[in-house]
Amino acid sequence: MEWANQLCENRQFGSKMTDSKYFTTTKKGEIFELKAELNSDKKEKKKEAVKKVIASMTVGKDVSALFPDVVNCMQTDNLELKKLVYLYLMNYAKSQPDMAIMAVNTFVKDCEDANPLIRALAVRTMGCIRVDKITEYLCEPLRKCLKDEDPYVRKTAAVCVAKLHDINAQLVEDQGFLDTLKDLISDSNPMVVANAVAALSEIAESHPNSNLLDLNPQSINKLLTALNECTEWGQIFILDCLANYTPRDDRESQSICERVTPRLSHANSAVVLSAVKVLMKFMEMLPKDLDYYSTLLKKLAPPLVTLLSAEPELQYVALRNINLIVQKRPEILKHEMKVFFVKYNDPIYVKLEKLDIMIRLASQANIAQVLAELKEYATEVDVDFVRKAVRAIGRCAIKVEQSAERCVSTLLDLIQTKVNYVVQEAIVVIKDIFRKYPNKYESVIATLCENLDSLDEPEARAAMIWIVGEYAERIDNADELLESFLEGFHDESTQVQLQLLTAIVKLFLKKPTETQELVQQVLSLATQDSDNPDLRDRGYIYWRLLSTDPVAAKEVVLAEKPLISEETDLIEPTLLEELICHIGTLASVYHKPPSAFVEGSRGVMHKRLPARTGSGESTESPDVGTAAGGSAPEAAPSIIPSQGDLLGDLLNLDMAPPTTSGPPPPTTGMQMGGMDLLGGGLDSLLGGDIGGSPAMGAGFGAAPAVMPASLNAPVGGGLGDLFDLGGVGMPMGAYIPPKIVWLPAMKAKGLEISGTFARRAGVIQMELILTNKAMSVMTDFAIQFNRNSFGLAPAGPLQVLTPLGPNQTIEVSLPLSTVGPVMKMDPLNNLQVAVKNNIDVFYFSCQYPISMLFVEDGKMERQVFLATWKDIPNDNESQFQIKDCHLNSDAASSKLQGSNIFTIAKRTVEGQDMLYMSIKLSNGIWVLAELRVQAGNSNYTISLKCRAPEVSQCVFQCYEAVLKN
Amino acid sequence: MINSLFLINPSGEIFLEKHWKSVVSRSVCDYFLEAKEKALEPEDVPPVIHTPHHYLISIYRDKLFFLSVIQTEVPPLFVIEFLHRVAEMIQDYFGECSETVVKDHMVMVYELLEEMLDNGFPLATESNVLKEMIRPPTILRSVVNTLTGTSNVGDTLLTGQLSTIPWRRAGVRYTNNEAYFDVVEEIDAILDQSGTTVFAEIQGVVEACVKLSGMPDLTLSFMNPRLLDDVSFHPCVRYKLWESERVLSFIPPDGNFTLMTYHVNAQNLVAIPVYVKQSISFFECGSDGRLDVTVGPKQTMGKTVEGVMVTVHLPKTILSINLTATQGSYTYDNGTKVTTLWDIGKLNPQKLPNLRGSLSLQAGAPKPEENPSLNIDLKIQQLAISGLKVNRLDMFGEKYKPFKGVKYITKAGKFQVRT
Repeated sequence: MEWANQLCENRQFGSKMTDSKYFTTTKKGEIFELKAELNSDKKEKKKEAVKKVIASMTVGKDVSALFPDVVNCMQTDNLELKKLVYLYLMNYAKSQPDMAIMAVNTFVKDCEDANPLIRALAVRTMGCIRVDKITEYLCEPLRKCLKDEDPYVRKTAAVCVAKLHDINAQLVEDQGFLDTLKDLISDSNPMVVANAVAALSEIAESHPNSNLLDLNPQSINKLLTALNECTEWGQIFILDCLANYTPRDDRESQSICERVTPRLSHANSAVVLSAVKVLMKFMEMLPKDLDYYSTLLKKLAPPLVTLLSAEPELQYVALRNINLIVQKRPEILKHEMKVFFVKYNDPIYVKLEKLDIMIRLASQANIAQVLAELKEYATEVDVDFVRKAVRAIGRCAIKVEQSAERCVSTLLDLIQTKVNYVVQEAIVVIKDIFRKYPNKYESVIATLCENLDSLDEPEARAAMIWIVGEYAERIDNADELLESFLEGFHDESTQVQLQLLTAIVKLFLKKPTETQELVQQVLSLATQDSDNPDLRDRGYIYWRLLSTDPVAAKEVVLAEKPLISEETDLIEPTLLEELICHIGTLASVYHKPPSAFVEGSRGVMHKRLPARTGSGESTESPDVGTAAGGSAPEAAPSIIPSQGDLLGDLLNLDMAPPTTSGPPPPTTGMQMGGMDLLGGGLDSLLGGDIGGSPAMGAGFGAAPAVMPASLNAPVGGGLGDLFDLGGVGMPMGAYIPPKIVWLPAMKAKGLEISGTFARRAGVIQMELILTNKAMSVMTDFAIQFNRNSFGLAPAGPLQVLTPLGPNQTIEVSLPLSTVGPVMKMDPLNNLQVAVKNNIDVFYFSCQYPISMLFVEDGKMERQVFLATWKDIPNDNESQFQIKDCHLNSDAASSKLQGSNIFTIAKRTVEGQDMLYMSIKLSNGIWVLAELRVQAGNSNYTISLKCRAPEVSQCVFQCYEAVLKN
Repeated sequence: MINSLFLINPSGEIFLEKHWKSVVSRSVCDYFLEAKEKALEPEDVPPVIHTPHHYLISIYRDKLFFLSVIQTEVPPLFVIEFLHRVAEMIQDYFGECSETVVKDHMVMVYELLEEMLDNGFPLATESNVLKEMIRPPTILRSVVNTLTGTSNVGDTLLTGQLSTIPWRRAGVRYTNNEAYFDVVEEIDAILDQSGTTVFAEIQGVVEACVKLSGMPDLTLSFMNPRLLDDVSFHPCVRYKLWESERVLSFIPPDGNFTLMTYHVNAQNLVAIPVYVKQSISFFECGSDGRLDVTVGPKQTMGKTVEGVMVTVHLPKTILSINLTATQGSYTYDNGTKVTTLWDIGKLNPQKLPNLRGSLSLQAGAPKPEENPSLNIDLKIQQLAISGLKVNRLDMFGEKYKPFKGVKYITKAGKFQVRT
């Protein structure tokens, strides 16, 4: 009877036969029932019970209470049951570490099993049990398995080292597993090699500086051999590892390329892309005239095209990478435009990427096709895609000059559709086209104006306002148009408000008679009724400009604008090079260096493309030049003062004398009057600032506002500027040289004068000690300066009120101004002084440290700094060494700040700190400096750049004096 | 490496999770579900998502999301390829890939996933190897298993996993030795309003079904191999011989596999088998429009075009349609996307099928802005449209004489007509 019952039960199994039965139990005593079944004597029942447990586990139910019962099932010959128990163990061991110990014996025993499959399974599972206590027992079996005769066990053990390292890195190092792993790279079995490489790569990620994957020609050769024979996944690991190698010369590079090329025909797209990475990197070393080089270029195109016929997700990753490849080597895909044409069924993320690449590949040869496509896309359903397509038409116009006319007419056609968002995008791009090709397409303005009312997006409104302002003289009713915008001024976004302000000022300068009222209206709206500091500042600047010097205002506001660059969204070359080294990785998908976003990137090494053999690239001192061109935010991080500084600054805020900060106010010019010391340095400097140098303009190309750049202070800067105000008269000790004797008593009939110069709270002071070494009383002191280089003059009389008796000493401090007459002295900081008393007039000369002329608002905007640095000719640069200085860069920086030498940015390159600093002299001369501090080296190098190079020597002396005291 | 896998159904419910390293809470999927909410269609969910501590890489396949979680820098293509392997594995084992099937075989899927990755590193992804370790379910086997107490899991050491040809198991025996090859070509094309080809290419694939005993070494040659612009091979193909002699030389896996895929994109070589005459227009005022579509054969190389289907993607504002088809039938779907599917069947050159009638828009809706688009489906038996022909198949290494066969078929891939 019993067998019949069982048969019945089995029938039931046969008919149902699915695992969904495991989910049907919802009874209360579920766990209890399972417990009973797990402890059943019948093997089959046990297995079914474990299956039920696993099924509950997979749907996220908590079955950890059954731990001891499940572990009891582990000692079995049945491989399936064993595997099921292992599955359970891996999931729950962490929550029940003490119980997990119970399993250890079985593991250790299994590691000695005759069947390699069991040995491998045991070592593999043990590694997955992330419990410290178990790892201790793991070491011995693992060591054996790493040297197992069976390659299947060895390859499993290799991965286990990586697991163990993840749990306890120190243990792995102490036990010498890393060395064993390195040995496995020379294993005879390709699969073992691949797994060893994979494990080492993963471990290396947490030890960026360790030399785990020490690649040399021999090991490369082994990897290349294994590459042909291992699995597709192994090939990916090996290729990614190869990509880190730098070949010795172009011949080695070529031979590696030759052996990697067949991987381009692999069915696995990840293998293909990793191979592309290796080839793109090593190609860099091949001479371009080599036949092989062009062969290789040709071979790269077809596999990339094939990637685009794969599943959409693969296409997406491929497209992001192709985007990099076409920027680096456009020649590879220049004939393949059509494969990037967007298909109706493509997911939106593929469509957008394809569009991007189409523009990158657009050239005179294919522009007709591209435009026809883009026009087609502009009538699609998806709004985002349509917008991007319209924008793309504008980018084509800017990129391919010959097509500009066709692009404009296409855009006009699109505007005729009256589809709201299409019209708005079109107007935004037409504005860019106007900037690129001034005075060419203005005939379309009338059409644009028709659509004025339908614009509801800030960017489009701002663009339209810009157009009206820029071409005010050709639009008869420009004033009416702008006036209509003015009505709702306060409801507009900042972007539109700023643009409207500028546009109306432009209009006023062009048609002053009719628009006086309008401009007054907008200026008062901007300056009096607005809470926005940017808007207010811009309003005030215009106001002042217009009221003091309308001619200058015209020069500034209607200045020739720099042309916008061809492509504003190209990736900066150094970043591109780095990304090319990371083809196929997440970095390549995000187009950011790995250090920028990989979680806990523990100091990822920056990868660089190998230089062509024997490259002699001149390493010009600062990278500032390149940084100024692109965005390069990483060039100058850490300018935010540390908290301590902020606090100090805040406290100082009150004491600060009313100095204006921010953009150089026009009054500075007045103050210095007719002084023309050191040629036109000052004028050209100011001119450069306000007019916006071309480099800055280019950086601004993308921004909608076409204001001269330096007037357009970024919003974020506001707070920083505010705090910087406090920098004035920092108590932390501006450098004051010790007093020295200027006039010995012997030469002055008994009057001895010693003294020094100091700058306290923004005021320059001459501090004197007068000693009477004569026998008679001295009275009626007075002081006068000869004309000098910086116009120093006493700001008041010498305050010696009481008569100075014999052997008496008095300390006086004399405030100085810098508005006296100017004459260039030699040395520059020489000062001739005359002191009079009741006895006679005495003359002496002394030298002042130029640091006392460094003003408190000498901190330049970073952008301005970059542009100015570029702008000053290299001939004006002078370099000095400061020896035996033991400060670190931060200490040096804060010390210098005390003397109004402001650190604008700091960056660290290969252990060398580069500080970029600016100084402003009281007469408005700017000095830019780059200070290089090498850890462990007491010699600093300083480079100074200034439009008036004469001051460099003095400035250097100050550096030396400040840093050494 | 790959940390975890979540299977998610279209309504956003997680019905399977698997962790290969430490357990990642399933709340990480919230970032994905958020992105899914934002996307208009499930296909539009971005495949790579960045969260504060993880990366989520997902694919959408067979109406399921396969979502993997990674923590370190891993090549995304590697992950995506792997996820597709998981989907293929489920398809291969259970005949289809769906939520029901996965739920029905939860434990086996779990066991399979465990075999496929170790600590996130791929372990066994070849179908042959997996099937040796975990036998696919058949009704007969489950009955036998339950009766005899044997299990689904193999307990011998797998030969395939260790040899240098991991794709083939040893000791294969068949009474009928046969090798069949299907050359399947898909035409991807975009035709513009006037019927001019904007873009066309052919994606070809050679599918093989090889059931040969022992260790056969096959050589397959084409009449015109230079036609192919780019090829990718199954790992079994010896690349050097293809480079030098343009022949496919390989020891085949046992059973079904994809031998190679190829690509023909020289535009002039791509014949377009049908033409479509269409006019879809909406009246400037009022809420009506007309639709008129005719399909006819073009370059068919004398073969019959079958299985023709036309999908018309209509503007969303369409309320109803009233059409008549001279051949076949049409269905109208007014869901998230408004489409009309016209199933024509065989194309008769004497009497061209036509679909025409009126469209009515929702009351008050403006004239649609976008142009509707047509997708064509078709099939041509016994023709590889690129002209690719297999020359011969030779076998070495074994003594018996196998049955050999080659079949050609052409289909429409992404075949789109703009209006």
